[in-house]
Amino acid sequence: MRISGAEAVIRCLLEEGVDLVYGYPGGAIMPVYDELYKFQDQLHHVLVRHEQGATHAAQGYARATGKVGVAIATSGPGATNLVTGIADAQIDSTPMVCITGQVGRHLLGSDAFQETDIIGISTPVTKWNFQITEASQIPEIIAKAFYIARSGRPGPVLIDITKNAQFDEFDYSYEKCTGIRSYVPVPKLKLDKVAEAAALINSAKKPFIVFGQGIILGQAEAEFKALVEKSGIPAAWTILGLSALPTDHPLNVGMLGMHGNYGPNLLTNECDVLIAFGMRFDDRVTGKLATYAKQAKVIHFEIDPAEIDKNVKTEIAVLGDVKESLAALLPLIDAKSHDLWHNEFKALQEVEYNTVIKEELNPTNGKGISMGETIEMINKHSKGDAIIVSDVGQHQMFACRYAKFNSTKSNITSGGLGTMGFALPAAIGAKMGKPEREVVAIIGDGGFQMTIQELGTIFQTQVPVKIVILNNEFLGMVRQWQELFFDNRYASTKMINPNFVAIAEGYHIKSKKVTQREDLDEAVAEMLASKDSYFLEVMVEKENNVFPMIPTGACVSEIRLS
Amino acid sequence: MEDKTFTISVYSENNVGLLNRISGIFLKRHINILSLNVSESEIENVSRFIIVVNTTEKWVQNIVGQIEKQIEVIKAFYHTDEETIYLENALFKINSSLLFDEKQIQNIIKESQSTIVTVSRDFFVISKSGRRSEIEELYAKFKPYGIMQFVRSGRISVSKEKMEISTLLETFK
Repeated sequence: MRISGAEAVIRCLLEEGVDLVYGYPGGAIMPVYDELYKFQDQLHHVLVRHEQGATHAAQGYARATGKVGVAIATSGPGATNLVTGIADAQIDSTPMVCITGQVGRHLLGSDAFQETDIIGISTPVTKWNFQITEASQIPEIIAKAFYIARSGRPGPVLIDITKNAQFDEFDYSYEKCTGIRSYVPVPKLKLDKVAEAAALINSAKKPFIVFGQGIILGQAEAEFKALVEKSGIPAAWTILGLSALPTDHPLNVGMLGMHGNYGPNLLTNECDVLIAFGMRFDDRVTGKLATYAKQAKVIHFEIDPAEIDKNVKTEIAVLGDVKESLAALLPLIDAKSHDLWHNEFKALQEVEYNTVIKEELNPTNGKGISMGETIEMINKHSKGDAIIVSDVGQHQMFACRYAKFNSTKSNITSGGLGTMGFALPAAIGAKMGKPEREVVAIIGDGGFQMTIQELGTIFQTQVPVKIVILNNEFLGMVRQWQELFFDNRYASTKMINPNFVAIAEGYHIKSKKVTQREDLDEAVAEMLASKDSYFLEVMVEKENNVFPMIPTGACVSEIRLS
Repeated sequence: MEDKTFTISVYSENNVGLLNRISGIFLKRHINILSLNVSESEIENVSRFIIVVNTTEKWVQNIVGQIEKQIEVIKAFYHTDEETIYLENALFKINSSLLFDEKQIQNIIKESQSTIVTVSRDFFVISKSGRRSEIEELYAKFKPYGIMQFVRSGRISVSKEKMEISTLLETFK
């Protein structure tokens, strides 16, 4: 079949099972858009309002579905606008393929109009990238792109296609990629390592499980839950691991790290065996490494060999696919309960409840609405079945700390990169990927204004996402640090905001603003009952802080409750 | 952990952009590359990088992990100086008149076991392979007479222990 490169791009996407792409047209990608027009019955293109939105929407789609998200942009500024989303997907291991147009082969290096070296720019933040300069390369390279993006530890791939390669015709045929000689996506599981790990786990008096997104990416939720239940070991999560185990599971002891729960942080430095699954010991989780779990023997189940001993020295590393590792591990694990040890977590949870959570959920002294009680209200009405997409800042920490989740792939947030502006477009992608689920974006007044233009995408596509703005008229997290560590010098953190409801209404999105606590219940109920998209602005107490908190560079056991 | 000299050997596909990807790993960690040699290995389309850095063993492990993670990298290793046989090559371009006017020059060439690559009316070129210190010694000897041009290559090295890559590459053939 003799077809143009541009048509081949579309046919390759269809071969890879893609039915939805996010993008923004422009000069160097026009041949591909022309084919998108012809194939619109099979491949739906969502026009975003800024290319960054395309990447975050593709990420939201990928995180909600486990499939590869796709974003398309033109050359030059179109391509550079993708970079933040690509970097976010890289650090959060999100499978994504970005396709950019490029000036014609003969113009490369001539500083042509809208020419930019997107291969050079994207190299440090992509799992792989490639510039196609001949049409005949398209099928093989796109097949490789999808294989690389989704296999092993997933990540973003960028394919740059010169305009001549889009126009030129060639004999098309497609073959899926099944392997690359220089790339081992999943290290072979060593059963002796599993046996060693099992022996150490069985001998532990105070074992503690910490889990990350690897459980979700490896689709190992059921195996993981079975292990937790059989072993009776308390388990805590990183923010990307959240929702891999239901939040109300009796052995789920909460969140690790800087704004995590009191028990799991303190007891990290009390456990005798620390068992990590699919997580990378990020500094926000470990605090000061020199005093992190030094008393414990560490077992690390991980797919990426480069993560072993990167931050925390392991006693036993079990490389491989976590689903397979867990299946091999489970029969070797003694059925136990660690009640006394588990009670230590419960006692510390009680301390945290009495000093932090109670006040957050039921503010006293005439304080305004808190972020925590807003999340709790969403829990009440969603019953823990919603996908929560949070942005970055205080509201994100409240969302992760207080939201309830019954099922996996339900917490979507920018963890590693901390990208403000992530949530609104990511929520669009999540809802399009999982139309049957309720999707609630929780965003601060700062981050909202970084990608506010995606309200236009919501209006145009009528995607029924629910948007909750927790407005404290501050860049709240930075303000909190200024209060705690910079003597209350609020440098450039006060926000003078526009009338958000009027803006949302300008996009014909049903809106409501809540300023009084007594109106919150009904407003959240109305929002979640809405069949259409809904914008809810909640005016929250301006200078609340997120606690507990481990100050930067402090030890996990130095966690502060106030 | 103290800084040491490490030689990193990388076998990779011979693709555009991979050098950028690998050098970026050093850039991100603010580690300066002391010497870099990239050439085709004994296998067609497989490149071999030899990168010399001065850093801690912890960092070099981290770097090698990140290099090996790159899709088009087949295998990466690191070795200390004691674990490798290594040398570099240098070329000296010297005014031809010295060859005849300064008798000492011929002795220097003989004693240093360097070879004359070419001689022309205006200049001659000497090639010397060896350790950095041997080349520097030779440079110091020629310097008083005047050196028209000098260049040295990056380090090339082979490891004393077997690199499993040889068999790995065989299976790719």
